[in-house]
Amino acid sequence: MTNHWIDLKNSDAIFIIGCNPAENHPISFKWIEEAMEKGAKLIVVDPRYTRSASKADIYAQIRPGTDIAFLGGMINYALQNNLIHEEYVREYTNAPFIISEKYDFQDGMFCSFDDQEKTYDLKSLAYELGPDGTPKRDNSMKDPRCVLQLMKKHFSRYDVEMVCAITGTKKEDYLKVVQAFCATGRPDRAGTLLYAMGITQSTHGTQNVRATAMLQTLLGNIGIAGGGVNALRGESNVQGSTDYGLLFHLLPGYLKSPEFDNVDLKSYNEKWTPTTKDGRSANWWGNTPKYMTSLLKAWYGDNATAANDFCYSYLPKRMGSYAYNKIMDKMLAGGLEGLVCMGMNPAVGGPDSGNARTALSKLKWLVTVDLWETETSIFWKRPGVNPKDIQTEVFMLPAASSVEKEGSISNSGRWAQWRYKAVEPVGQSMSDLWIIDQFFKRVRNLYSKGKGAFPEPITKLAWNYGNGHEPDVHLVAKEINGYFTKDTTIVDKDKTLEFKKGDQVPMFKYLQADGSTVSGCWVYAGSYTKEGNQMARRDQSDPTGLGLFPKWSWCWPVNRRIIYNRASVNPAGEPFNPKRPLIAWDGLEKKWKGDVPDGPWPPMKDDKEGKYPFIMLPEGHARLYALDLKDGPFPEHYEPMESPARNLLSRTQNNPVVKLPKNVSSDTAKFPFIGTTYRMTEHWQTGGMTRSVPWLVELVPDMFVEISESLARQKGLKKGDRVKVTTERGTIEAVVLITSRLKPFNVEGKMIEQVGMPWHFGYAGTAKGDSANLLTPSVGCANTSIPEFKAFLCNIEKGGSKA
Amino acid sequence: MGMSRRQFLQGGALAAAGVALSGKTGEASVDSPVTRIKGLKASTTICPFCAVGCGLLVHTKNGKVVNIEGDPQHPINQGALCSKGSSLFQIAVNEKRLQKVMYRAPGSDRFEEKSWDWALDTIALRMKETRDRTFKVKELNKKDNQEYVVNRTEGMAFFGGAGLDNEECYLWSKFSRAMGVGQLEHQARL
Repeated sequence: MTNHWIDLKNSDAIFIIGCNPAENHPISFKWIEEAMEKGAKLIVVDPRYTRSASKADIYAQIRPGTDIAFLGGMINYALQNNLIHEEYVREYTNAPFIISEKYDFQDGMFCSFDDQEKTYDLKSLAYELGPDGTPKRDNSMKDPRCVLQLMKKHFSRYDVEMVCAITGTKKEDYLKVVQAFCATGRPDRAGTLLYAMGITQSTHGTQNVRATAMLQTLLGNIGIAGGGVNALRGESNVQGSTDYGLLFHLLPGYLKSPEFDNVDLKSYNEKWTPTTKDGRSANWWGNTPKYMTSLLKAWYGDNATAANDFCYSYLPKRMGSYAYNKIMDKMLAGGLEGLVCMGMNPAVGGPDSGNARTALSKLKWLVTVDLWETETSIFWKRPGVNPKDIQTEVFMLPAASSVEKEGSISNSGRWAQWRYKAVEPVGQSMSDLWIIDQFFKRVRNLYSKGKGAFPEPITKLAWNYGNGHEPDVHLVAKEINGYFTKDTTIVDKDKTLEFKKGDQVPMFKYLQADGSTVSGCWVYAGSYTKEGNQMARRDQSDPTGLGLFPKWSWCWPVNRRIIYNRASVNPAGEPFNPKRPLIAWDGLEKKWKGDVPDGPWPPMKDDKEGKYPFIMLPEGHARLYALDLKDGPFPEHYEPMESPARNLLSRTQNNPVVKLPKNVSSDTAKFPFIGTTYRMTEHWQTGGMTRSVPWLVELVPDMFVEISESLARQKGLKKGDRVKVTTERGTIEAVVLITSRLKPFNVEGKMIEQVGMPWHFGYAGTAKGDSANLLTPSVGCANTSIPEFKAFLCNIEKGGSKA
Repeated sequence: MGMSRRQFLQGGALAAAGVALSGKTGEASVDSPVTRIKGLKASTTICPFCAVGCGLLVHTKNGKVVNIEGDPQHPINQGALCSKGSSLFQIAVNEKRLQKVMYRAPGSDRFEEKSWDWALDTIALRMKETRDRTFKVKELNKKDNQEYVVNRTEGMAFFGGAGLDNEECYLWSKFSRAMGVGQLEHQARL
């Protein structure tokens, strides 16, 4: 989230698309309702009439996978009717930037597409640079090659008729949504946009997200109280686990994991450190070398020196993608010996989970670490297989629960909050911290004693977390924050700061590239300082009244509660909305007041020191036009890989940079209905944490499949009947639930029914049921590989073995 | 707790009826906060389910969890919880929780109980064997037909982390990369 949960109360319009917070983030509704009590409009766009929709002022139905058409139409409407926040767009976005004359877009495709490789040559889609090396711009935004004009042209095709024909939305509903939300383009109005997996789980998921961000940027809603693009994250610490780089392409703090041709630290830094010729751009990623060296110092301690490249050569280098679906393909092909699952359940949670279960049986060994038996840990005795045929060795380790250990987790609003150990772990269960520590120490012991492949990355790893039974979690947290490795003097403008060896780093701006600082995750620098553990703070004061609670826990980066907040003021540093100021420049004291600003520099109009607000991009301006996405600079509507509709906008049916896998099918004679998966309050994710909890099992005891009243009539089904749902991947059985929450979609005049189902079930635990992911396709977003769980084709029939 | 949810709710309803009859709340009620938590130790925690980050109070007595409820001082949830958060007690106190280290041998139809020491030593050995057997020092890049040093363990993948604490995630990341594991992924990819 750019903003945070309590900030929802500051909105004038709350736009929910691709998420269902009343169901999946229920307490968020406390703050949505507070905004509504003050007059805010709640808008919900969803294929289903959800619990969130039931509270909405405006509800609009959308066919799964057509979000770009829906949002593109809103962008078009805002541009055509001049509802954008013009000063914001001109000053803070790349709307005035001139694009290369090679740019072209025809029939759903951008120029310079390589049909063999299925890639665009992004160089042809770059900014045109002026003689000083910075992008050329036209502040009148009238040049036909400026971003605003290209955008206008691109989205002019997304008129209301076209959009509604694609999305199946009723025109009057669509117009209500567009008018209510685009009304927040005024400086004195704030609109927030909330999304989750309904947006990301798509073959064009990244472009879906971009469409939300572009709309919010055009309306001047980024960086302000009550605004933002807010991804509602689903697991208690999935924000933290992402921050700490548990993805193939990342290291902690969103540093890139090295690629094969980053042959040494110098070439790594050259590849991943952006540069700018514009002195007014903060270009924050220009600090990459400082953060990388501080990470290497955290990992290799005194062994990491300038002379040995800070042990950079110890890091594995990637070639290609090791995204989840690629790993599962490799496992299925017998390419993996071992797998460790720390509280993850691929037998239920991933797409095409029938194949995932078969893949597990190709492993030599599997380690699971959980609170409960999961479908993954007992995959070898799942229904329909003979354990004798499965040669995988399985180690099922019992983990401590969240109240049986101490440490921090980061919520969706980036608040890192400290938890305490209330009791000892049950039975012989142990904290994950202890288990990881044991893995490491025992492996290190083996490598210290005997021969082995390249032992140094293990034997030289710095691992100094005390002599207790388990690592001292406070020492780990202090290493993450970072400290000085020698006495250091830093001159920061008019101040001279003296630090002693071992002092905690107060914030990441003091991290160094010369080895004099350690920081395990630079974005968390400031979380554990000489003032102590900031994540454990419980001060309930709220000086601005905006609900920032600056002394409650700690939030990254630098305790800034709303990021990009320099965009909430005009170039002179005055709040766009004086009634809801988030930050403001005090010209007398020469400093910002309010939230922690996105950098200390004076307002942008200060010619000498002013900086642009979008500090994470080298050009300092929000990108209405993207430079580095595989599927091009503007979002364009394509149909999901399995779709009952042809693309009405162009002859390019699917995202052209995504390769079509074998086991998808758009044969509507076989699979006439749109399938979609979802979650519910009473269960959670793969169900491991809820399907053995008696109170929750009592509330929702069984897997079900939800259909409309019209489909029930068509198929002769009544509530409680057993049904079979089939896709190209597999078949599941479940009880049918018939509701008026689901309605068919209008696809070119034909009503296409939908089949909805939760994905929380499996064959382990107390409440069992078939897994929806047996049905879902293993094809993912062009940029992130996140699978297309939300839009596939299926059939449903009465009956089944248990009927 | 030795009480089903239904009985618990019925008890609550009876207590509420008692308040309605007497016309006053407070100390007399069996469900009054003061009476309910008398003699108990309390510590704070954050909900392990979704990422709203609601605060809860964990009440313990003699080293056992006896009650968990919303933290009224927490600025996000102000004491309120959803059905999952309200059930955290049954995660802390649940007979289905794994209590022992279990091992399933190749081809076997059952788990057998093992010691931590044995399991961890065996896992460490498996990790080392796989790493040594599948460690790739160099890899050919087909685009320029050159070999590059990659120092990667090919035969092993590590999954998970969205349910771990930050400090655990950090050590998991550090350990994974030290092991040469490129195939490190978790729930954020799904």
